[in-house]
Amino acid sequence: MSSKKNVLSTPVTRRSVLKATAATATVAAAPMIIPSTAYGYANEPKGSSVTLGFNVPQSGAYADEGADELRAYELAVEHLNGGGDGGMMGTFSSKALKGNGILGRKVEYVTGDTQTKPDAARASARSMIEKDGAIMITGGSSSGVAVAVQGLCQEAGVIFMAGLTHSNDTTGKDKKANGFRHFFNSYMSGAALAPILGDNYGKDRKAYHLTADYNWGYTTEEAVRTSTEAMGWETVAAVKTPLSQTDFSSYVAPVQASGADILVLNHYGANMVNSLTSAVQFGLRGAQVNGKSLEIVVPLYSRLMAKGAGENVKGIFGSTNWHWSLTDDASKAFVKSFGEKYGFPPSQAAHTCYVQTLLYADACERAGSHDPCAVAEALEGFEFDGLGNGPTLYRAEDHQCFKDVLVVKGKENPTSEFDLLEIVEVTPASQVTYDASIFGGDLGSCNAG
Amino acid sequence: MELSAILLQVLNGLDKGSAYALIALGLTLIFGTLGVVNFAHGALFMIGAFCAVTVQRLLSLSTITIDESKTDFLGKPLQIKTPYVESWFGESVGNALIDWSVPLAIFLTIPVMLIIGFVMERGLIKHFYKRPHSDQILVTFGLAIVLQEIIKAYFGANQIPAPAPSAFIGSFDFGSVIGMGPGKLLYPYWRIVYFCFAMLIIALVFAFLQFTTFGMVVRAGMADRETVGLLGINIDKRFTIMFGIAAAVAGLAGVMYTPINSPSYTSGMDFLVISFVVVVVGGMGSLGGAVLAGFVLGILESFASMREVIEFIPGINQVVIYLAAIVILLARPRGLLGRKGVMES
Amino acid sequence: MLGLSRNDFLMLLFVLFLVAAAPILLNPFPEGSSLAQFNAGYPDLMQRFLIFGIFAIGFNILFGLTGYLSFGHAAFLGAGSYAGVWMLKLLTINVIPAIIVSTLVAGLFSLAIGYISLRRSGIYFSILTLAFAQMSFALASSVLQPITGGETGLQTNLNDPRILDGANTTGNIPAPSLFGWEMRESMQVPVGDWLWTFNVGYYVCAFILLIAFYISIRIFRSPFGMMLKAIKSNNERLSYTGISPRPYTLAAFVISGMYAGLAGGLMVSMDPLAGSERMQWTASGEVVLMTILGGVGTVLGPVIGAGIIKYFENIFSKINDNLLHGWFSFMPDGLEDFMVAVIHPFVGKGWHLSLGLMFMLAIIFLPGGFVGSLHNVFSRIFRKRAQ
Repeated sequence: MSSKKNVLSTPVTRRSVLKATAATATVAAAPMIIPSTAYGYANEPKGSSVTLGFNVPQSGAYADEGADELRAYELAVEHLNGGGDGGMMGTFSSKALKGNGILGRKVEYVTGDTQTKPDAARASARSMIEKDGAIMITGGSSSGVAVAVQGLCQEAGVIFMAGLTHSNDTTGKDKKANGFRHFFNSYMSGAALAPILGDNYGKDRKAYHLTADYNWGYTTEEAVRTSTEAMGWETVAAVKTPLSQTDFSSYVAPVQASGADILVLNHYGANMVNSLTSAVQFGLRGAQVNGKSLEIVVPLYSRLMAKGAGENVKGIFGSTNWHWSLTDDASKAFVKSFGEKYGFPPSQAAHTCYVQTLLYADACERAGSHDPCAVAEALEGFEFDGLGNGPTLYRAEDHQCFKDVLVVKGKENPTSEFDLLEIVEVTPASQVTYDASIFGGDLGSCNAG
Repeated sequence: MELSAILLQVLNGLDKGSAYALIALGLTLIFGTLGVVNFAHGALFMIGAFCAVTVQRLLSLSTITIDESKTDFLGKPLQIKTPYVESWFGESVGNALIDWSVPLAIFLTIPVMLIIGFVMERGLIKHFYKRPHSDQILVTFGLAIVLQEIIKAYFGANQIPAPAPSAFIGSFDFGSVIGMGPGKLLYPYWRIVYFCFAMLIIALVFAFLQFTTFGMVVRAGMADRETVGLLGINIDKRFTIMFGIAAAVAGLAGVMYTPINSPSYTSGMDFLVISFVVVVVGGMGSLGGAVLAGFVLGILESFASMREVIEFIPGINQVVIYLAAIVILLARPRGLLGRKGVMES
Repeated sequence: MLGLSRNDFLMLLFVLFLVAAAPILLNPFPEGSSLAQFNAGYPDLMQRFLIFGIFAIGFNILFGLTGYLSFGHAAFLGAGSYAGVWMLKLLTINVIPAIIVSTLVAGLFSLAIGYISLRRSGIYFSILTLAFAQMSFALASSVLQPITGGETGLQTNLNDPRILDGANTTGNIPAPSLFGWEMRESMQVPVGDWLWTFNVGYYVCAFILLIAFYISIRIFRSPFGMMLKAIKSNNERLSYTGISPRPYTLAAFVISGMYAGLAGGLMVSMDPLAGSERMQWTASGEVVLMTILGGVGTVLGPVIGAGIIKYFENIFSKINDNLLHGWFSFMPDGLEDFMVAVIHPFVGKGWHLSLGLMFMLAIIFLPGGFVGSLHNVFSRIFRKRAQ
């Protein structure tokens, strides 16, 4: 920390500045008075550096995913500051980034632990904003945290670039003007998965849903139900399972007797690993029901965590935001740059975090300012390519990215410990695009602190 | 509801219950009888589970050869790993050893857990017998965090699969045995193994306490430590051994559980609260109570998870264990089989 | 003075000084220096110190005086938080109704749970409270989602009714305030290389903490407090005197539940979000640990314990390798890497390890917690002098 950090800390309103100036006059010991013109917007960078806040889970069940996000952020910072091989900066369609930091300021960063709890995540984000002068917060590995931190950033007047969050609500019901999401969502998973499931398993299927009892679970169940029912599937039952559940035996045991021939596991992370393991143990996969072979579907795959389920993921369909085995130039550049630095390929969480950092930096360059409102304007409606997902649009109405969605399947014959998923289909963005108003919510107006 | 569906949940309940009972049994040896509030008990379970992972890793230690014809994700020549056990004992024996790593891990778990138990008791817990319970809580909770973090630093936070031997993959068809017709009542082999294993361990611990002189002295020591001490019997040494046994029971519960749920460093904490509830509902100072409560709560939880029940009372699956605990403790002041005066003040 | 003995009054003054000067005391290192990472003088953390201090003070009234170890106090914190956010949403963005209502709601909630749980004592009581809290947590994160917002938490929205304020649906969500003074407003005073942040919300918390602390001293020294101590030290003899201890313990339980609700109300006043994990057993366990670490039954201990745990959580978790390299950059490269490698496991994602070690070392070497053992040291010195 050689450079002197900016002395201003956020939630400071213009009104409080006047108060501060008035008050400092009475504090004889204070030799320096902050000039009130200094307050253009929250945490405006003054020196030769700009601080970003990387708020990722470092403890709890998502700690490994958080560690991977952090690796991606460090890589992005290195690239932004002109180090390394530049990664996806070379393939990015916008050429505003020059490898000299952001707007000529060196990029520095602070890190924090979200603990995958909204409370802890907000505390960590607040300390980044108040103490470290972070001008942008990014990261996270669950929708609860994303929604909570996004709300905080809106109030504090900094930009929030969401990490891994898949619930419709992040850019739906709970969308905020200062928040942006690159990751895809439940709706897109459902829309992309349904046709593939139809092609492989037929249009006449009976589905049984097990759904993690929280926000993301609900939106995922709804998305998959809607899109598969539209295709002709019938939903036999949908059972909510406690988020803290570890043994799913009593939930998977009755599936076969219910007459369902598809089991949809709306679970993520440890829930997914455990429920899938239980389901396979109970011999559900391939069991004969209604003269058909019973199949399992996992709407959202995480390669990092799928590893925990071992052999059980083989042949199971799901969707993912990005996968390292993609062969476009951008993905290859990213995998090379990440793989050479860390020795293993990046996860989808790492990818989305890297991309978000680049997108933020690029928006600052194009806007010519770190002002959150200017940055938001630069991101809204921004169309870009060369970041691993093909042509992508940052939609202005809800700050959600629209891009191709990958439908994947657990690989039957993995060649390495990273080679768990194979890409079955790249669903074009047009097929997963929806009307911005269907989830309700209100962006509000941009807050610059 | 069909009979088979109900029987299936009974089996599930017995299976869950056997896990609860086994963990609670170890805890009640320390907590209900030595009077030490051991918040590190979950961590002991977790370390047992990681013994399985360690054995798996040890058996899979490999020589690395480079295959120029294939490439890895960076386009470099692929490294092919050949486990040492395969090159030493031939492919089939080597594979079988790796395949059986979870049951084999039992042989590592027992000595490791006994040593951990002895060290813990001699090095730490011993000094806390006379300290208030609050001090015991803090020190054992601190220890639990430390143990967890060490595991996390080495093995990472994600779950690590430790599958059962392939011979146990698949399900046993109870339906055709009891005449309900084939395919009606299937239950996975490994879960049946776990249940039997738990019953065996429980029986061994009971027999040990009931039929050996050692056990008799320990039981006497639990009832009245001072008098036993006055008789010139070194009860301290026996308590150390008891602590080691409790740790070993927790570890065994953990190691055999790995194929059911892939272990992660948080597996212990997940079981900690529930095991305290089981011990207390069973009644303080009663080994039988802990086992009974484990099965009662396991079966209740299984039934509450049934779709028909959840539809009738929303959310019941989330709270049934705690609700049952409250009802039992209000109806029976000292739990199911508790002794008077143990941890009541 | 104020009905306190001289010693107690001095202690109150001491606490007054500490909380008033905390923004200065907690920022001992100059801005931009390599040790600035250890500064804790920013609003969020300072507010947390006080709020958890209040929570722990209240918990200590029950645990420290009566010896009843509740493992479910987080439920009251959570209930208070939800009540507080609903007040901010429905009534007004002014924090006063939120704080009052959250205290009352938590009081009622604790009355109901305490009435049932106090039928048992010892470990059976602990498990009953644990069971109630876990049920509250499970229901809040699932079935009661419409009221609690589930796992995501309950937040204020732009289109909330806010009856007294008159709803506005344009611009930004109003921040919780006290008659126009927004809780998040701060005055920043740079002095030389130092930067002090005086935050409105912090001083609101400080004012309430002082009241809470004062009430707690009064309870400790009152006949009621004596009665509670009697319950702890000799429950049986007390019942022989014909006094039923239950009304007293229930009163203590409700008071400590109200403290928890007050802490919850303040928490949402500072940052308007209430998440269900606030009610989980880990949160209940945290306040137990705070109290034990600081010193069970001491007046000041719980506040200190709360401060230490929150400091670890917020400061140690933010130290990353990048910072470590910065600190040791003056060393030769090999030594620098070695130092970073040595410290690395204890900070950043390893902050839990430091916390666990600290718990163990503290309780091994400081029986009775920080303040408890300080007491012992002092009394030993004084006894020697008396001899």
